[in-house]
Amino acid sequence: MSTPDKQLLVVVGAGPHNATRARDALDLVLTSAAFEIGVGILFRDDAVYQLLPQQQADAIDAKSLAANLQALPLYDVEQLYAPRSALEARGLDPDNLLLPVQLLDDNATAALLHSYGQILSF
Amino acid sequence: MKIAVLVYGSPTASSAAATAYRYARAAIGLGHQITRVFFYGEGVHGASALAAPPQDEVNWGQRWQQLAQEHEIEMIVCIAAALRRGVLNQQEAQRHGKSAANLAAGFELSGLGQLADAALNSDRLITFGG
Repeated sequence: MSTPDKQLLVVVGAGPHNATRARDALDLVLTSAAFEIGVGILFRDDAVYQLLPQQQADAIDAKSLAANLQALPLYDVEQLYAPRSALEARGLDPDNLLLPVQLLDDNATAALLHSYGQILSF
Repeated sequence: MKIAVLVYGSPTASSAAATAYRYARAAIGLGHQITRVFFYGEGVHGASALAAPPQDEVNWGQRWQQLAQEHEIEMIVCIAAALRRGVLNQQEAQRHGKSAANLAAGFELSGLGQLADAALNSDRLITFGG
């Protein structure tokens, strides 16, 4: 595993089907994990919509991200975070999400960003 | 300091390519080493040899080529992002049955592993257009 200063936090702000940003971010996460870089994800803003279960991507001719997202634990990517405010603002139920994310208040989000050596935003 | 640069923004719909270029030049001017520039997302359009901006505007792809040549910088273009957007080298054009290739000289198609490697093995990784 990479040293603390090389731990990577991928910050995603895009919804699941907002162009390719969500997939670009996820691809980087999976690649980094394969390189044994310690990697976490912060789902912020509309990216929390990626966490909604039972999406039917095929209805808009899109590819589902769900299978890739659910594979994250298999890649030892377990540092998953979302600001509680992003869920509340969109009326999403934190008890009914695709992945076990840690919900953070604003101070904790700031502390999280501070704790990672490298941050890449999508 | 060893610095890698990630260009994620479009060369025409954002200032990412221009800002990244100026940053890279400034860093080199201060004695730092730019080890690799990785083009991802919309940034891959900056590697098209077919961009033909008006004579009195800057061609950022050419600027990158010159800088990379002068300072031995690797310029890697994410292959998945590039194929999706129609930036192909000869080999990929043949593989996908396309009539032309347009990856500019000095740029190389490769995988996201090159970005992960840059993150691991550089002192800094700086993103433009994220």
